[in-house]
Amino acid sequence: MSLLEVEHITQHFGGLCAVSDFSLRLEPGELVGLIGPNGAGKTTVFNIMTGVYRPTSGRIHLDGEDLVGLSPSAIHARGLARTFQNIRLFKKMTVLDNVRLARYARLGYNPLEALFHVGRFRAEELKILEHARSLLALFHLEDAAGERAENLPYGLQRKLEIIRALASQPRILLLDEPAAGMNPPEIEELMAFIQRIRKEFALTILLIEHQMRLVMGICDRLVVLDFGATIAEGLPHEIQKHPQVLQAYLGVEVGE
Amino acid sequence: MKMRWMIGVLLLAGFALSWAVPHFGWLDPYILLVLMYLGINIILTASLNLVNGYMGEFSVGHAGFMAVGAYVSSVLTVNLFPVTGAVFLFPVAVVGGGLAASLAGLLVSIPSFRTRGDYLAIVTLAFGMIVKSALENIESVGGPRGFMGMEQLTTLPWVYVWVVVTIWILRNLVFSKYGRGMAAIREDEVACDLCGVHTRRVKISAFVVSAFFAGVAGGLYAHVLQFINPRMFDILKSTEILIMVYLGGMASLGGSILGASIYTIAMELLREQGAWRMVLMPLLLILLMLFRPRGLFGLREFPWLVPLRDLVLLRPVKKQKEKTHVPAGS
Repeated sequence: MSLLEVEHITQHFGGLCAVSDFSLRLEPGELVGLIGPNGAGKTTVFNIMTGVYRPTSGRIHLDGEDLVGLSPSAIHARGLARTFQNIRLFKKMTVLDNVRLARYARLGYNPLEALFHVGRFRAEELKILEHARSLLALFHLEDAAGERAENLPYGLQRKLEIIRALASQPRILLLDEPAAGMNPPEIEELMAFIQRIRKEFALTILLIEHQMRLVMGICDRLVVLDFGATIAEGLPHEIQKHPQVLQAYLGVEVGE
Repeated sequence: MKMRWMIGVLLLAGFALSWAVPHFGWLDPYILLVLMYLGINIILTASLNLVNGYMGEFSVGHAGFMAVGAYVSSVLTVNLFPVTGAVFLFPVAVVGGGLAASLAGLLVSIPSFRTRGDYLAIVTLAFGMIVKSALENIESVGGPRGFMGMEQLTTLPWVYVWVVVTIWILRNLVFSKYGRGMAAIREDEVACDLCGVHTRRVKISAFVVSAFFAGVAGGLYAHVLQFINPRMFDILKSTEILIMVYLGGMASLGGSILGASIYTIAMELLREQGAWRMVLMPLLLILLMLFRPRGLFGLREFPWLVPLRDLVLLRPVKKQKEKTHVPAGS
């Protein structure tokens, strides 16, 4: 059985059909790319998977458990973490607090223990402090731990967002255009970074990306979306020559 | 920060002083009264800062919670506890007022699940009005004429103790997962939800705790003044608390202490100006917003208010300024 099974997802916004009959399977350890022209519905698929939207119809199974109808925080607790197309860090919070926040659900103390800093509070807080710091150290960000997230340079903000997603120890990581706004050397670095976390954290990754260099370079498999529907699926080199994909990206020749 | 024990010593010394000053009559009774109002204002400001500053919501009904606490604790000391025994039962009455207010906070937080910004402001505005007109129509607590008969049970040491307790508990909450959750709700609620935070539970906690201390402040206030009426807790009172919050600074307990102190003292100094002080103070606030939009101490904190655990990581920031850059490679 696949780790994640998305089956026949359809999403209507009023009269607009943003996603129609979309299906996807993720096998454990896979790195799959979701590509398609702007407005094809890629981010909507992410929003449905993470519980921001409830699909009009369709089912999503993670390890056999249905995710449709669960709240975003409940889905996050089941091991689905994501990043955003336009970076959505908690800007005025420190780098460390951004990482610590992602472990909110794993901190085992109640409001009363928090009010008086008693009981399990100290031990639990110490544990996540260590965890967050070691995670930051792993990516050479420990010196910036006390810095506000908004003060980091752009590339590091992207990276911090991924680290924040990793902090919750997800099984599946959804990356929404991680290379947006990066230049070729930065993209090279990001590719190495993604491959590194994939291996070290035993992740299954689904990523949305426009940078073909990245998509062709690291993805095991590609899914192409246009107008909310899957138009092609296959290995990167197959997709490159797929007639419908070329049509979606380059348009149809007049008179054809 | 090996000097942490100094904080305890200073707090104890402060308590001794708060007892000695009125006991030996070192200060004018008028100044003592101002000091008590100052303490009560600190409690009000710090507790509202939890919702408006840390969580970034916009609640304008804080005086409503204060009213609930004032009336409940007054009814408790006047009608329920015999007057002679009321002295040591006073903290029970104050806590009772706080609990009643936090129950009201719970009720307000329910419609606030779905609303933010302007809408929440309207919900809390309505709450303030409901409390005021409800009290005006309850004859057993005097209706619009107000309620009296309380003894002056609030003394400077009591105010001092409650200020310390309030700041300590709010600090504990702020430096916990709930406090981080509140800040994250302020920064980006959807992203916060997607990071696994139970945003609904965090909002309830914030509202309930904030309302509790507003109720405590109300109880103390009623037992300084020995007379309360519904008009004392109208929108003007809420506005006054808002001014102190924004003056001191968003998301800062130190700021709230500063803001409440500066505002209370300034209003007393300007008392001779009569009606003009209501022009001067807002004018000062407008200037502050123009030149320091986050308030005097917004988003910053005195180191002694930060738990050691969280203080350790503030250190690298200073060091980092000297360093050239953060290594970019992974």
